[in-house]
Amino acid sequence: MSEPLLSVQGLEKHFPVTKGLFKRQVGAVRAVDGVSFDVFKGETIGLVGESGCGKTTTGRLITRLIEPTGGKVVFEGNDITHMSQSRIRPLRRDMQLIFQDPYSSLNPRHTVGAIVGAPFRIQGVKTEQGIKKEVQDILALVGLNPEHYNRYPHEFSGGQRQRIGIARTLALKPKLIIADEPVSALDVSIQAQVVNLLEDLQNELDLTYVVIAHDLSVVRHISDRVAVMYLGKIVELADRKSLYDAPMHPYTNALLSAVPIPDVKHRGDRERIRLQGDVPSPLNPPPACRFHTRCWKAQVVCKTEEPPLVELAPGHQVACHFPENADKISAPAAAKVARNVQDAQHPKGTIA
Amino acid sequence: MTAPLDAPGKAAEAEPEAVVAGVSGKAIQGRSLGQIAWLRLKRDKVALAGAGVVVFLILVATFAPLIVGWFGHPPNEFHQEMIDPSTMTPKGGSGISGEFLFGVEPLNGRDLFSRVVYGARISLLIAFLATVLSVVIGTVMGVMAGYFGGWVDTVISRLMDIFLAFPLLVFAIALVGVLGQFEQQLGVQGDTLRILLLIFVIGFFNWPYIGRIIRGQTLSLREREFVDAARSLGARGPYILFREILPNLIAPILVYATLLIPTNVLFEAALSFLGVGIQAPTATWGGMLAQAVKFYTVPHFMFFPGMAIFITVLAFNLFGDGLRDALDPKSSR
Ligand SMILES: Nc1ncnc2c1ncn2[C@@H]1O[C@H](COP(=O)(O)OP(=O)(O)OP(=O)(O)O)[C@@H](O)[C@H]1O
Ligand SMILES: [Mg+2]
Repeated sequence: MSEPLLSVQGLEKHFPVTKGLFKRQVGAVRAVDGVSFDVFKGETIGLVGESGCGKTTTGRLITRLIEPTGGKVVFEGNDITHMSQSRIRPLRRDMQLIFQDPYSSLNPRHTVGAIVGAPFRIQGVKTEQGIKKEVQDILALVGLNPEHYNRYPHEFSGGQRQRIGIARTLALKPKLIIADEPVSALDVSIQAQVVNLLEDLQNELDLTYVVIAHDLSVVRHISDRVAVMYLGKIVELADRKSLYDAPMHPYTNALLSAVPIPDVKHRGDRERIRLQGDVPSPLNPPPACRFHTRCWKAQVVCKTEEPPLVELAPGHQVACHFPENADKISAPAAAKVARNVQDAQHPKGTIA
Repeated sequence: MTAPLDAPGKAAEAEPEAVVAGVSGKAIQGRSLGQIAWLRLKRDKVALAGAGVVVFLILVATFAPLIVGWFGHPPNEFHQEMIDPSTMTPKGGSGISGEFLFGVEPLNGRDLFSRVVYGARISLLIAFLATVLSVVIGTVMGVMAGYFGGWVDTVISRLMDIFLAFPLLVFAIALVGVLGQFEQQLGVQGDTLRILLLIFVIGFFNWPYIGRIIRGQTLSLREREFVDAARSLGARGPYILFREILPNLIAPILVYATLLIPTNVLFEAALSFLGVGIQAPTATWGGMLAQAVKFYTVPHFMFFPGMAIFITVLAFNLFGDGLRDALDPKSSR
């Protein structure tokens, strides 16, 4: 396969937790704890997980808004993990971030023209026909009235604000856009419009997306591949079809069962899985498989041995000792899974 | 969007919003938050009244010589003919007449109207400049503490605590008293020296009030996503500070500056009242009050400078409160 546009390898971010007057470190929030995935040119990757699992942190790490604790971020062949801010500045043109909250992401004191024109000014990019003309073209591109150039963000609705935010990311014609829950703050009726806009822009401008969402329904439509995160780790990564049709990780199954099925005929096919308990704290995550505290299939091995993220079927990576939809698993991996199942039924150890 | 802004752009806000085609010919001008605040302020009659009085006071202070020329007598001119020599109080109680609008002072018959008008100069000059000094120091310190955080924040925050714990009045009395002795060494003297000293003392010790507010605002602004947006575009520190954060601080700076002015008016009056402010014969409201205490039988002597202080403080406070309501970021998403 060709070289990926973005490659994330074992990425980690541990936020120190300090206490007392002297800021003694007493622990760490393992917000992102060993995340790896590749993004290829032109594709859309969905990154899905419950609130607090580290999605935003991952996005901010990739764009180097925060410093990674460990791992590697490679963008277009450049290792940017610890690159200095001045060296990374020119690369920022190619990598942009859409923010979760369209209210907080636009400076209330700047006009739309200033906001969408800021990338040109900050990066010192010269435009052929002046910044204003350029900005107005972009506004039209995202479905806003170019005449609204002189207006302020507070004069717009949430959906329009998100379009302004999208316009800003498009200004410098980036290659990669990381969209952090681009529609979760919007009315359901407007969500589809914004998702469609993102899709249209991708076709028109040859963009690559990492779209972050907290449920699987939002990214179903636009993703080519989907990664499911749980407590700072990716538990399943597969192309869209296999993930939605034959999810292997129990957590993905649980998330999917919460998604309404559009087709009435198939509704009976799937029972709704209710996860017990809350998401454990990333301050003190469960050992081995982090999902074992809430998993209905958990066995002793899940509490003692961390399941690695391995390719169980072509293009389908799962981190689970007892994956679902076992019939899809390719032969060598199947043997390993079968051994796990056998061990679980006839435990050798005496672990309490 | 819940803000009930009856902006003309309302119709265009409705979703779905793709209204690229069929744009009307005239360019659409947006309303800045400042313009919206002005519209709100215009509806607040009390604040407008306060603003009117503030403007009036500033005009009076600026054109004091002209006003006194038209309606009064020079402020330090004696009018012994107005004084009853047996009691040393004004003839007829206060001496109020068409010629002496506020009557005359006991003892030497100086024109009270002229002295109150000239008092406005000193009072406002010191209050304004002391406020400017506080705002400049407070903003710089507050922004640095909030923006850089870490040990910079710790140092500045402790410094503010120390300043706020200072027995300011006692210290001011001592400092003005002591420094007032060094006319030669400081190279300035008389009223100029006193005015500079008062501006320095009042302004320098009040900055933590502004500093704390600006620090808090900067802290919360720094976390806003538009700052991250600028950073992800490659913006450097100065751009973020001056282009992204500072424009959002102008409103609170304006409000708290407006509310600090009356405090400083009172402070200057108190110092002059205690005799450590501007020295006689220069007219100050506080100084006049101090004199008036000795002549409680002629209440107009206390009434006019007292009212001047009262009206000034009230007007600035009403205006400042109105300004705060009009600029309130919570009601103007
Ligand atoms: N600056 C920080 N300091 C300390 N902890 C942090 C910081 N930022 C995030 N965290 C913690 O890291 C974890 C992951 O946060 P993150 O914002 O990445 O989650 P998320 O998946 O984006 O959630 P959401 O769906 O709510 O946006 C959370 O437990 C959060 O409390
Ligand atoms: Mg998030």
